[in-house]
Amino acid sequence: MAASGKDLVLEGITKRFGDYTAVDDLSLHVPAGRFFALLGPSGCGKSTTLRMIAGLEHPTSGRVYIGDEDVTATKAHQREVNTVFQSYALFPHLSILENVAFGLKRKKVPDAVEQAKAALELVELAHLAQRKPAQLSGGQQQRVALARAVVNRPHVLLLDEPLGALDMKLRRQMQTELKTIQDEVGVTFIHVTHDQEEAMTMADTVAVMNAGRIEQIGPPDELYDLPATAFVANFLGKSNLFEATVTESNGDWLSLSFAGTTTGLAASRAVQTTGTIVAGIRPEKIIAAPAGQPPASAGSGWAKVPGGRVTSVSYTGVSTEYEIAVQGLGEFTVFAQNLHSTGFTEGDQVDLWWEESNLFGLAGDADTEAGIEEV
Amino acid sequence: MSTAVQTSAEEKRAWRLRGRMGMLLVLPGFLFIVVFFAIPVFSMLSMSLYTQPEGAATGVFEPGLNFGTYSAMMSTYWDTFIRSFGFALIATVAALIIGYPMAYLVAVRLRGRPLLQGLLLVVIIAPFFSSFILRVQSWRFILADEGFVVSTLETLSILPEGTRLTATPFAVVAGMTYLYLPLMTLPIYANLERMDSRLIEAGGDLYASGSQTFMRVTLPLSMPGIMAGTLLTFIPAAGDYVNAVMLGNNVNTTMVGQVIDSRFFQSVDYPGAAALSSVLMVIILIVVMAYVRRFGTKEIV
Amino acid sequence: MKQLAHRIDISRWFVPVVAGLSFFYLLVPIVYILIYSFNDSGRTNLTWRGFTLSNWQNPCRPAGLCDAFINSLQVALIATVVATVLGTMIAFGLERFRFKFAGSANLLVFLPLTAPEVVLGASLLSQFLNLGVQLGMTTTVLSHIMFCISFVVVTIRARIATLDPKLEEAAADLYASASTAFWKVTFPLLIPGIAAAALLSFAISFDDFIVANFNSGSYTTLPQFMYVAARRGIPAEANVIGSFMFLLAVSLVVAVQVWRYWRRRSLERAV
Repeated sequence: MAASGKDLVLEGITKRFGDYTAVDDLSLHVPAGRFFALLGPSGCGKSTTLRMIAGLEHPTSGRVYIGDEDVTATKAHQREVNTVFQSYALFPHLSILENVAFGLKRKKVPDAVEQAKAALELVELAHLAQRKPAQLSGGQQQRVALARAVVNRPHVLLLDEPLGALDMKLRRQMQTELKTIQDEVGVTFIHVTHDQEEAMTMADTVAVMNAGRIEQIGPPDELYDLPATAFVANFLGKSNLFEATVTESNGDWLSLSFAGTTTGLAASRAVQTTGTIVAGIRPEKIIAAPAGQPPASAGSGWAKVPGGRVTSVSYTGVSTEYEIAVQGLGEFTVFAQNLHSTGFTEGDQVDLWWEESNLFGLAGDADTEAGIEEV
Repeated sequence: MSTAVQTSAEEKRAWRLRGRMGMLLVLPGFLFIVVFFAIPVFSMLSMSLYTQPEGAATGVFEPGLNFGTYSAMMSTYWDTFIRSFGFALIATVAALIIGYPMAYLVAVRLRGRPLLQGLLLVVIIAPFFSSFILRVQSWRFILADEGFVVSTLETLSILPEGTRLTATPFAVVAGMTYLYLPLMTLPIYANLERMDSRLIEAGGDLYASGSQTFMRVTLPLSMPGIMAGTLLTFIPAAGDYVNAVMLGNNVNTTMVGQVIDSRFFQSVDYPGAAALSSVLMVIILIVVMAYVRRFGTKEIV
Repeated sequence: MKQLAHRIDISRWFVPVVAGLSFFYLLVPIVYILIYSFNDSGRTNLTWRGFTLSNWQNPCRPAGLCDAFINSLQVALIATVVATVLGTMIAFGLERFRFKFAGSANLLVFLPLTAPEVVLGASLLSQFLNLGVQLGMTTTVLSHIMFCISFVVVTIRARIATLDPKLEEAAADLYASASTAFWKVTFPLLIPGIAAAALLSFAISFDDFIVANFNSGSYTTLPQFMYVAARRGIPAEANVIGSFMFLLAVSLVVAVQVWRYWRRRSLERAV
């Protein structure tokens, strides 16, 4: 199938509802055929952004371009954009086939029914064409909603938390299917989700949104490896963040001092390179070792934080999650792979070790609690 | 950085469009209600203040500000007002007691048996189609002195020999209860029918007994339906007079509607009739507002 | 445990018994009307004088009865059509759009529901008298439209409120203009609500005595005919018409119910 996707460009989009600013001066560029995820907690403005791309909402300021065309003033039904709604929004009075053919019929495509049947083949539901939506399972409805959108070969396809209502197992399966279908049709996908794992497994590019703004855009592995803000560091996986002071700088490399200890930090991995900064390290990049015994892998380029005490142990099978209190620094989370049968128990005295090249540096005024999901 | 952004042209256009469409949809009906309800209510209010010029023929009045009509009417008919509202209240409570179990049976107990539900619903609705007057009339015969009800009750010694049921306040209230029963039952049914059966089941788990579940879960949740049903019964009952005319007497069953009707068509006293209906309208409006505020939900039906 | 089981038992039979009695109460007059439509009664239908089919064979015998019946049918049909169209538009406009006068429109639609028929009738009559309008069929129809319209709005609004607004957005997303979205998606989903509102409208208008009595002048509707006749005794032929309308309504609704039931059964079997 020929690729029909086009670039999507948002230029300084702001959306206000009364005094409330849902989206704040947001700009982004999604190249054609990309699988792009907008990731953020509920209320961050990601769904409003999606609705503005669809034309269901109009921006208070800013422009929307699809390809080279400015569509800001174009109405929803005139945009070559289709949406897979969170609740699917299948028309309950129409059969599955009629649902899928709906858009093509409005565009007066002559072989609408044939194309709709082909789209149902694509999602492997051709045998249910004559059913009504209420007679389908959640996963099947989801696939109908996808077929109903994809069949129109839109320039941009929007997915609004499309997997939110499915159970975990079905969700994994649908993630793979969505990815396959996107490869097949080559449409530009914009996928809105609050599930960071979903965004990371499916998208080529992820934009993390918070309070109406984009915090950071990049491929999932880059975002995870080098978050630029505390929000991204905490929302995308877990991070240990602590304040540290830059004591020395020799161009490529910084020396940090914190709670009586020191560590190195690559200048290229730091947002701020002078004064007090917030340093961060991922839990699986820390090795906890019995006090006074360096781990076998440690060598030059490793930092050591002594004086930790294990305060909690959660065993998850593949790995064990430790909470380790360090005097003057607070709690550290450490993921240890269960390669050996011996682990720590509560109260054990440990030293924390990490390779300095894994450390990242954030701005000194970063809120270390930002993006931690409240339970 | 976002400076103070005004609304964009696109937003304005979208709002204007939606606003205009909403207005266009509402406007014809709105105008109809203005012309055939709002303005008539004002003309009724102004007619209640009309005066009759000295020596003018019957039915000739001229615009004026004669508030005396109100005091004259109220001093004559205050007891009729009290009776009307009293009868309407009793009929409403009776209809609630009779109608709720019907609604509950059909909506909750018979859930999952659509055919039986449908049949019983028809039985509730269909009396509307066999004329109103005929139904009132048939009560006159059912309750008649030599009728089945009276003779049975007398045989069972529930009623003393020679008691009359027709031409009594009882007959009028019974007729009103009967007449407005569907208006009570249907909103309650609609409310109970929408109620999530899991809530009722969860109540069953928590409180174990059926009656406690009912009192603590089902009944409070069905308040919007009860509100709607009681209003739909009370309002027409307070203005009704067909039951009073056909099932009552001339002594202690006269209702306000009857007086308004006879002031208009027999005494040809338009200001008096208009004053009485204005008072009736205002009292009902106050009662309804107090009731909605006290038990209020936004949902009326 | 024993006591508990006992209490559950009481509520088990309490509801059906009370409801059963209520249904009995509801049906007694209907049965009475039906039986007496077969009474060989002569001019007035007061006492049972033997079974006959002649009332059913010739229901138009009493002068004016069938004219009144036809008048009522006409008034109810016109009032229903107009009230349903206007009411549906109001309901859709108020439920789905935000605009300036929505608040006052809302109140104005609600107020007639708080006015008893005698007030609606009397205020319209005041207006017609003020304007010197000749009372007749037109004034009757207008008064009935007014009487029905708020009921239609309330019934249909309740239905629209249960419709997911996302469906309309999905239609717009799938290249349907606002009017196409309404006719292809919203309207078909509203048909049961509109049908219910129309049925209610028809019943209210057909059964109304008070509003018509104030505004019909010498034009006579069926309830007015019966009200006047009641003083001398309503002819058995009127019972025929009442029974006929009742049976017609029952069979119509039952037919729809049975049809829906079978359709659902066959769909379920297809799954």
